[in-house]
Amino acid sequence: MSGIIQLTPWDLSLAALLVISLAVVCRRLRLGIGGRLVLNASRTVIQLSLIGFVLKALFASSSPVWVALMALVMLLGAGREVRARQKNPLRGGWGFGVALSAMFVSSFAVAVLALTVVVGPDPWYAPRYAIPLLGMMLGNTMNGLSLSLNHLTQTVRKNRAAIETRLALGQTKSEAIADIRCESVRTGLIPIVNSMAAAGLVSLPGMMTGQILAGNPPVDAVKYQILIMFLIAGGTGFGTLAAVWMSSHRLFDERHRLRLDRLKK
Amino acid sequence: MGCFVTEGLRTVCGGPFSFSVARGECLALSGPSGCGKTLLLRAIADLDPAAGDVLLDNVSRNEIPAPDWRRQVGWLPAESSWWADHIGAHFPAGGKHHTFEGVMFPDLGKTDGDFSNDWKKAGGHFQTLERLGFPRDVLGWRVERLSTGEKQRLALFRLLLNKPKVLLLDEPTAALDPVNGVLVENLIRDYQQDAGAAVVWVSHNPEQIARVADRHLIFSGNGLEAAQ
Repeated sequence: MSGIIQLTPWDLSLAALLVISLAVVCRRLRLGIGGRLVLNASRTVIQLSLIGFVLKALFASSSPVWVALMALVMLLGAGREVRARQKNPLRGGWGFGVALSAMFVSSFAVAVLALTVVVGPDPWYAPRYAIPLLGMMLGNTMNGLSLSLNHLTQTVRKNRAAIETRLALGQTKSEAIADIRCESVRTGLIPIVNSMAAAGLVSLPGMMTGQILAGNPPVDAVKYQILIMFLIAGGTGFGTLAAVWMSSHRLFDERHRLRLDRLKK
Repeated sequence: MGCFVTEGLRTVCGGPFSFSVARGECLALSGPSGCGKTLLLRAIADLDPAAGDVLLDNVSRNEIPAPDWRRQVGWLPAESSWWADHIGAHFPAGGKHHTFEGVMFPDLGKTDGDFSNDWKKAGGHFQTLERLGFPRDVLGWRVERLSTGEKQRLALFRLLLNKPKVLLLDEPTAALDPVNGVLVENLIRDYQQDAGAAVVWVSHNPEQIARVADRHLIFSGNGLEAAQ
């Protein structure tokens, strides 16, 4: 292996030109997304540049305290993102808390399990493995959670009359919301199920592409990619289940009343 | 004396509301739109949090699990709701069915003792359906095939299967033509007498109130007062 071809600022500017021209076209067509496109592209540049330096420092120190701190920041960011992506999240600390605890038990548990049992770097929290793994887990779980929770709250709002009729007929809160709950979990799982189906055939997943570009043998990259896919499926699935269950209980009170006032307007 | 008692119930629209209804008695409630009639019925059924208490046979609702309370104190909303594709899937039995004269019928055994395969009893339910003007295969129909009025009548049938001791009816005949309106009035009266049920009937129609009600209360200010 002769190492990787270095990208120059000039190469990145060319790619940036693509985004800028897209923004200009969007502007012309009045799609109303041109501004956000440029803003979030700038966020990408700034956030990724910063994380480049952070990771460089982190890899150099490899102290467990810094790794834990980094993991905590990522977790809090993901929890905030899940809440922000819902149209009507749960009020108070609940919207944030549900997402946070669901991701903590699923993403963290699965990432730690993978590091200690499957990959086994030395030490197990070695940031070169731990941080990217956790990042991929959190990113995907975050997507699953926000999709499923948004589906849950929107469907409940829309079907209020039907749910209350079921309650009035003597069904418990779990019976009255059972089908909506199943549908919400399914909604959250669709992206990972679909990407497992298309992997290799249509899409080459980002992580694998990265490894191949970095000069690793494709077969090694494939093994890592399969591992990651399975971890993501497990983490997303269990996280979504936990979050949907917790949220759907919070939508009712102890007298099995539907409490839409617990959702933000 | 009164088997069903509402004590100082407050909704967001007013109160305190206090009244009682005896077994086999029908109490009519009326008042202008938006005066909180529906909210009062919802509060009695314990679907909205409300201060005050409601008692059935001297037992407070707070001593009964909410789903049990709502089976005994049955609320019929002004607009019926249906959540599955077929009519039959909306009946208690959790998907179990048996066949009667070639028609799929929900297994209603769980709701009332053990008659899961008792044809006569299933026949009894068919009689109720026929009294409401439906053919025997209606439970196999798709929901979108029904008109608003048909849905409303089937919602009443669905509610009566729980054998509630109290009926909270929110304009049960508003969506019906006069003929079907009378069918429903008669069915409710018979249930009220046979099961000894207390009925709270919200209505806008003075003639209907004269036909069905033993007493009549009108919303006034924040409470209720007897009609002249």
